[in-house]
Amino acid sequence: MIDSPSQLTGLTAAEATRSLASRELSAVELTEAYLKRIEQFDDELGVYLHVMRETALAQAAAADRRLTAGDATPLTGIPVALKDVLCTIDAPTTAGSRILEGFRSPYDATVVRRLREHGAVFLGKANTDEFAMGSSNENSAFKLVRNPWSTDRVPGGSSGGPAAAVAAGLAAVSLGSDTGGSIRQPAGFCGVVGLKPTYGRVSRLGLMAFASSLDQIGPFSRSVEDTAITLQVIAGHDPQDSTSSREPVPDYRAALSGDITGMKIGVAEEYSVEGMEPGVATAVDRAVERLRSLGAELVRVSLPHTEYALPTYYITAPAEASANLARYDGVKYGLAVEAPTLRETYERTRGEGFGAEVKRRIMLGTYALSSGYYDAYYVKAQKVRTLIKRDFDEAWGKVDAIVAPTSPTVAFPLGARTDDPYQMYLADVFTIPANMAGIPGVAVPCGFSDGLPVSLQILGPPFAEATILRVADAYERSETWAARRPRLEPAATTSQP
Amino acid sequence: MAELARLGLSDAEITRMQDQLSSILEHIAAIDRLDTDVIPPTAQVVAMTNVTRPDVVTASLPREAILENAPRQSEGFFEVHAILGAAIEDAS
Repeated sequence: MIDSPSQLTGLTAAEATRSLASRELSAVELTEAYLKRIEQFDDELGVYLHVMRETALAQAAAADRRLTAGDATPLTGIPVALKDVLCTIDAPTTAGSRILEGFRSPYDATVVRRLREHGAVFLGKANTDEFAMGSSNENSAFKLVRNPWSTDRVPGGSSGGPAAAVAAGLAAVSLGSDTGGSIRQPAGFCGVVGLKPTYGRVSRLGLMAFASSLDQIGPFSRSVEDTAITLQVIAGHDPQDSTSSREPVPDYRAALSGDITGMKIGVAEEYSVEGMEPGVATAVDRAVERLRSLGAELVRVSLPHTEYALPTYYITAPAEASANLARYDGVKYGLAVEAPTLRETYERTRGEGFGAEVKRRIMLGTYALSSGYYDAYYVKAQKVRTLIKRDFDEAWGKVDAIVAPTSPTVAFPLGARTDDPYQMYLADVFTIPANMAGIPGVAVPCGFSDGLPVSLQILGPPFAEATILRVADAYERSETWAARRPRLEPAATTSQP
Repeated sequence: MAELARLGLSDAEITRMQDQLSSILEHIAAIDRLDTDVIPPTAQVVAMTNVTRPDVVTASLPREAILENAPRQSEGFFEVHAILGAAIEDAS
């Protein structure tokens, strides 16, 4: 059965949980296998900004005690990576930014606290685009993340670290955040499952704020079942986040019946755009056909304002970011570049502490909110947001879910889009509408194009995570993509038996 | 704009950003094609307003824990440059 460390790091969380429960495997063994693999491969991949070795080993030992005492819950002893925008009391939290280098949060994010209570093991803080702004992880102030399927390609972003960690077997499960696609798009590029829950489904206390009307935390995993298990742990109301919902949390794993007979699944023509890679279109079309053969009824729907979602997002998100990032002022935490006056201290701290993309978005947001432009940009974007949301509201009268490609392309080469910000923004053209409407979306692997993963996105009405996970799981079971993992080349100096 | 955002930018950064932001704004102008005169704005998508909690005092984080990350602190406070005396030079 399980006889080598590389097999251990290939297990899904659900599989590992079964071996842990039978005590055939210990949480310490599992954690050590992951830590070893991180040592072997992370210099090359750049997934972790901070490895929490000691915390992980202590948590694993505690998990073993719980498992022996019969006090385990799902995720007890499961090694997890946390995107470095999630605050942790026992490790630095940098948001991928120089301005927060060395910052230690005095509290845990609510999702981190919940994982701790369930006995999860924290392998480390995963790399991200600075303040979660980017589509390739190339905006991290610290280092690149390489796509495990092809190390000259981007992993996607902004949650490039968490996505690549799960794809490469450097974590069993991870958490990221999604403001315009930052979970689904890298999940797609790395060939793993990634879920953006409904706005309000998961508490954001302790998530470094980027755009507060859009941000949401969600899981990455190697199976839909693991995503359901992880969502179960992190979902639910939090009195400390007033935007978190009191909507009851259903049993997500129980929803994975494998049966989608009679389900109405919408296909929107607006998600076939110019510039879509033929290999992506082919794989997605096949996946949609598969859903039909599994018993779903395909229904044409129209989302006529889809093309306006991207420009609307690039007003709304930077506007909110420009306000949220005002807090990085060299006074309360992080970098301070001292100057003779307070104003110059602000300017120099922010000028030196923020990277190019964060500066661009602060400028764009400040412009959209400034007197004289506020109505033409900010208010106009809010009105278009209403139209985008109405498109979806109307569709939910006809269908249970909508399917679309997660991205128009597979992972692109490192450096290919860094000179043209708008080209980079286009990588999120299919994921942004869900954030604007506040609805849930899951990305699930649906094939390969030239050896790189292609991803199917399944969108649902607010709080219909159980529905979209059921569709994703039924599809996953009908295919073998989930079993295919990237082959990592060991570093030249180490020999592999 | 950079002054409004309290961002210190070099001349080279300003030149580069002017080009990039102009190009981004051209793409964004696509939304002008939509007639939104009678459409209400959406600021947020949750069906909740005015979330309140009971007016009960609860424990907060210790002051020392909050101040630990401060670049400069003094006697239990964040320390900043005086702004009142310097207000005139500062505003110019």
